[in-house]
Parts: sequence; C-alpha cells; structure tokens
Amino acid sequence: MRFAFTDDQLAFRDAVRDLLTRECPPGVVRAAWSNADGRSGGAWKALGEMGALGVMVAEEHGGLGLTELDAVLLAEEAGRAALPDPFVEHTLAGAPLVATEEAASGAVTVTAASGRDLVPWADSADVLVVGGVVVERGTAAVDPRPAVDGARRLAAVEVAGAPPLRTLDPTERDLTADRLALGYAAQLVGLAARMLDTTVAYVSERRQFGVPIGSFQALKHHLADSRIALEFAAPLVYRAAYSLAHRDPDAPVHVSMAKAQASDAAELVARHALQCHGAIGYSDEHDLHMWMKRAWALAAAGGDASWHRERVARAIL
Amino acid sequence: MDLTWSPAEEAFRVEVRAWLEANVPAEPLPSGDTREGFARHLEWERRLFDARWSVVSWPEAYGGREASLWEWLIFEEEYYRAGAPQRVTQNGIFLLAPTLFEFGTPAQQDRFLRPMASGEETWCQGWSEPDAGSDLAGISSRAVRDDEAGGWRLRGQKTWTTRGAFCTHLFGLFRTDPEAQRHRGLTYFLVPLDTPGVTVRGFGRLDGDEGFAEVFFDDAFVPDEMVLGGVGEGWSVAMATTGSERGLTLRSPGRFLATAERLAALYAERGAGASDPGLRHAVAQARIDAEAYALQTLSTVTRIAEGERPGAESSLTKVFWSELDVRLHDTARRLLGPDSALDGPWTKGWQFALSGPIYAGTNEIQRNVIAERVLGLPRK
Repeated sequence: MRFAFTDDQLAFRDAVRDLLTRECPPGVVRAAWSNADGRSGGAWKALGEMGALGVMVAEEHGGLGLTELDAVLLAEEAGRAALPDPFVEHTLAGAPLVATEEAASGAVTVTAASGRDLVPWADSADVLVVGGVVVERGTAAVDPRPAVDGARRLAAVEVAGAPPLRTLDPTERDLTADRLALGYAAQLVGLAARMLDTTVAYVSERRQFGVPIGSFQALKHHLADSRIALEFAAPLVYRAAYSLAHRDPDAPVHVSMAKAQASDAAELVARHALQCHGAIGYSDEHDLHMWMKRAWALAAAGGDASWHRERVARAIL
Repeated sequence: MDLTWSPAEEAFRVEVRAWLEANVPAEPLPSGDTREGFARHLEWERRLFDARWSVVSWPEAYGGREASLWEWLIFEEEYYRAGAPQRVTQNGIFLLAPTLFEFGTPAQQDRFLRPMASGEETWCQGWSEPDAGSDLAGISSRAVRDDEAGGWRLRGQKTWTTRGAFCTHLFGLFRTDPEAQRHRGLTYFLVPLDTPGVTVRGFGRLDGDEGFAEVFFDDAFVPDEMVLGGVGEGWSVAMATTGSERGLTLRSPGRFLATAERLAALYAERGAGASDPGLRHAVAQARIDAEAYALQTLSTVTRIAEGERPGAESSLTKVFWSELDVRLHDTARRLLGPDSALDGPWTKGWQFALSGPIYAGTNEIQRNVIAERVLGLPRK
C-alpha cells in the first residue's frame, strides 16, 4: 500500500506547472476571451513539445504510453492555470483514440464531449469525438453558442452527415466519458487550489478597520472550509485515476465519487473566494472571475455532482 | 501508487476477521457510559487483551503485536465492520499511551502501559475546567510543591471528564508555577483517582448516560514519579496528545465506512417510505465522504511511513470526521421519520455524534488553527 505519486510523476507535474506559469499567465487566459480561436497558442505548442499532450498515446504512435495516473496531475495543473485549451478533452479522452503522431504532439487538436454536453473549443479543434464517433471537424456542423466562460468556447455539434474516422464501441464510449469526468475533476481541484491561494494572499494584504481582513474569524472560517473541501476531494480524484489506470471494475463508481466531490468543492471554494474578495472580485477587471467561471463550467461538464451521486447511489443501493 | 494489500496484510485481515466473528457478542452490550455497561465492556477489553487484540500497534512486551500503521487500519476496519463494542479504554490507549511512549520514563512505561492495555486500569482525561474549555491554557487548578513529602499537592477542579466516574486514573494538566502566564508553568500529572483528597461526581450527558464527571482535588498528594515529561513542560507534552486525539488515532476510517454501510442498509429498509427524495443522494454522499476520509488517511499514513510527522493538518481531519458523523446520523434520523423520536442505536448515535464538533477542541477552534497554521492567515 502506498497512496502517493512517484517522484517521476511529481517531477512531470512540476515541469508542467513551471511551463504554464511561464506560458499561461492570467493575461493569456484573458486574451483568449477575445482572440480569434479562444486558445492559448504558445502554451499548447509548448505542452506538445514537452510531450504532455501525448501522455496517454501509445508509444508506437509517438506518445509516452502512460496512463490516467500519470495524466491526472497534469490536468490539475491545466486547471490551476485555467488553460484556455482542450487539455483534458485532448490528452485524456481524444488523443488516445485518434492515436497518431500529430495527435500525440498536439499538432492536431482533438476535442471531445460526453452526454448532453456542448463541445468545448469545437470550432478551433481539428478532430471531434462526439456521440460515439470520431470525425474531422470540417465534416461536422458546428454551431457556436455563447458561453459564460469566454475562454472555454462551446458549440452544438451535429455529426449525422459526417463520415466517421472511426466508431467507438460501447466500452470505449464509457471509458472516454469516465476519462473526461476524471480530467474535469482534476482540473476542478487545480482551479479551486488556485482560487484559494489567491484569496489567502488577498485577505492577508487587504486592510480594513486598520487590520488585514484575513484576521477576521468569519473570513478565516470560509477559507478553512475551502481548504477542508479540497483536502477531502483530491484523494478521491487520485484514487479514480489509479482505478482507471488499473481497469478496476469499480473505476466508474470511483470516477463518480471524484467528480461529485470535486465539483462541489470547487463551487464552494469559488463562492467563498468571491465573498472574501468583496467588490473587487465582482469586477471583470480582476482575474478571479475567469477561474470562477471555469469552475462553474467544469462542475457542470462530464456529468454534474447530482448525476454522479446518482451513479454512486445506483451502485451501492 | 499501490492500493493493494500485501499477502501478509491480507493474512492479518483474515486473522482479525475470524477472531472477531468468533468473539464479538451477538447482542450489543449496554452503553459503556453507564456503570453496568462499563463493567461489561471491561470484560470485553480483557478478552481483547488476552488474545492480544487490545493494542495491536504496541510492543509485545506491553501486550501488543507491533503491528504497522497499515495493519492497525485493517484492524480498525474489521473491528467496526464486525459491530464490535465501543472501546471504553480509548482515552488511555489512544490519548495517553502515545504521550507515555514519547515522554514517559522507562519506569512509567513499565508501570502503566500493560494494566492500561488489559483494562485493569482505566484512564480519563483531566484537562477542561469550569472556566477553561476552548481556552485550555487558562486552567487554574494548581499543583503545590511539597518538598518534604517529595511530590505535589493538587488543588482545583476538572470537568466534562469522560467516564470519570468509572475510571481508576486521570491524566491532567495542573499549574505548577502560579507566576507563569498561560501556556508556561503547566505540568502533566498522572493521578490515581483513589488518592485521598480526590472526589469524583458523575453526571449525565445529553443522552442521559452518566458519561461525564467532575473531579475535585483538595490537597491530593501525588509523588514526583507521577509527573509525565518535565515540570513546567505540561503544555508541549499535552499538545502531543491533542495531535493524536484530533488526528488519526481516535477516529479511524473504519468507523465511518461501517456507519455509511449501515446507513445504506437502513435506506434499503426505509428509503421507499421516506418523504424526502433527496435522502437517496444523502446516503450516496455519506458513502463518498466516508471513502474520502479513508483515502485521506491512507495518504497521511503513507507520509508517516515515509518519515513525515503530521502537524496542524490534523485539524482538517477533526472537522471533517466530526461533521461527517453528524451528517451520517442526521440522514438516518430523516430516514427513520417519526420513529426518530424513539430511543435506539441511530438516535443514540446521533446524540453522541453531536459531541464530536465540541470535544477535542471545538470545530471553531480547529477552523482557526487551519486558517492560521495551515493557510498562514494573520492571527491579528
């Protein structure tokens, strides 16, 4: 028994964190709200060069041939940076199915969606995994919709007339949906950790009544509750990654536990972060809203907390 | 990451399970927080001890098996799954013993550990006083030096002492230096409750059981060898115990996993008739939280096994398990509907769960600790 990541896994995470600190500062997220494709550009390219986008692509197709357990911490970092790119959709879900060198390097961007989800970054991706088929974006009907998170663009996609590059069998469909849910759960943990860090820094600086507002017990308790929520969400996410990587028959239930808990935790942390920032957090000139809106989007994506709790209920009751 | 048990650990589980299946009383014992129930529980503790299950992680010399923390987790999981009796010896075994192992002299360890493991001597905690609860450093009970007799004379009052009316010994904090402020000048004493000058009065808890006591000290004499750690070192010695109480040792994950499973069984019985459709998800969420707690513990034990020492993070754990316990039992009450007005295991458990956010440092204090020592927010 050892419930911890290996040194290699942690080193890979640290490298991705450093890269995203450099290539995806808040200004890049903000720019994606109004640029042409809603993407980071540089960060995606750099992640591809590092091999992070092909973690789960087999080695014979130019990937690293690793598992969900190696990808989960990278997804967390993508969340922490609010990366405006389909990292989870590509790295955990789409690229392993497409399995080409171009997908492994990110030269070809694959996006994916499950259930009734709108498809994120559909208009800028090259390949779409939607409704159980893999199709070229140019062959599908892509209908952009206005999204609350302007750096995670959404579209309704119709694949009825598109020639499938391949059709997923039911096992692949379910696995892809679970991988998306796991990736979103990991991103939510990263987003929440970032919002908590930012808020701790802000309330330690901001002074009212002659003292830092972080010395007030009411705020301390909001932030303690945020920290507790994260402490008891992250282990479920890591366990789900392990179970998927080992093809544990309980993996789908473990994914649901992770996604339900991470969604609720991120929503809670976002609420407390906004409240503790006060009016400045309510301004779109401050960065907090970009993280908060990403958290809302991902809490609802890949099955929301209720959907996943219901899947747990079906398994245990 | 490896979430499997070794063959030796699996064998340990099989052995624990087999012994519990053969030995756990078929009928639940009367509450260990009553005089009669306490005595019955001590008989059970003696059976555990005789089979070397009462203190699995201790050295063999004191009645243990030198089990690893992993094996301890397995034991606890099986113990609660089997519905075995509450551990009325836990305040000694889980709170005092870690402190004795760390700060006790060899003579103290030899004198106290084995009778503690067998239940022959039972320990209660003497920290809180009528005017010092959350503000523990504000205690005023004193220990006055008696050079001639070679020891200390205790004066003052302790209260909220769990099972104090039934225990044989008390461990507690007393002020040895009346000039010193707050955390300084405190000393940790081990006190036999039959010492002349000690008076114990039991009183009822929320559920009516005589689980509480107040303890009066009227110049009660204790010799020097009953000081644990140094004179004036009581605060740091006591804090080592708080770490155990808040963190791992008192509330093992097995307890909540077992309760979450019983809750699912209650739902199977009662869910169809429940007035609130949200209860189905409350039961599922209870299971998710119990597993989250178990996994978080695995992560902590991994860190301990690799040489780290848990610190203020134990406050995160204390808030989570105590509030989880309340939610588990509250969900059961709502499933029971009008029957929740009846006395029974769930309603008894509910009343006990409500003590969790209060004892071992209220959850408000814990949240302050999390904010200041884990997150680094300013104290003032």
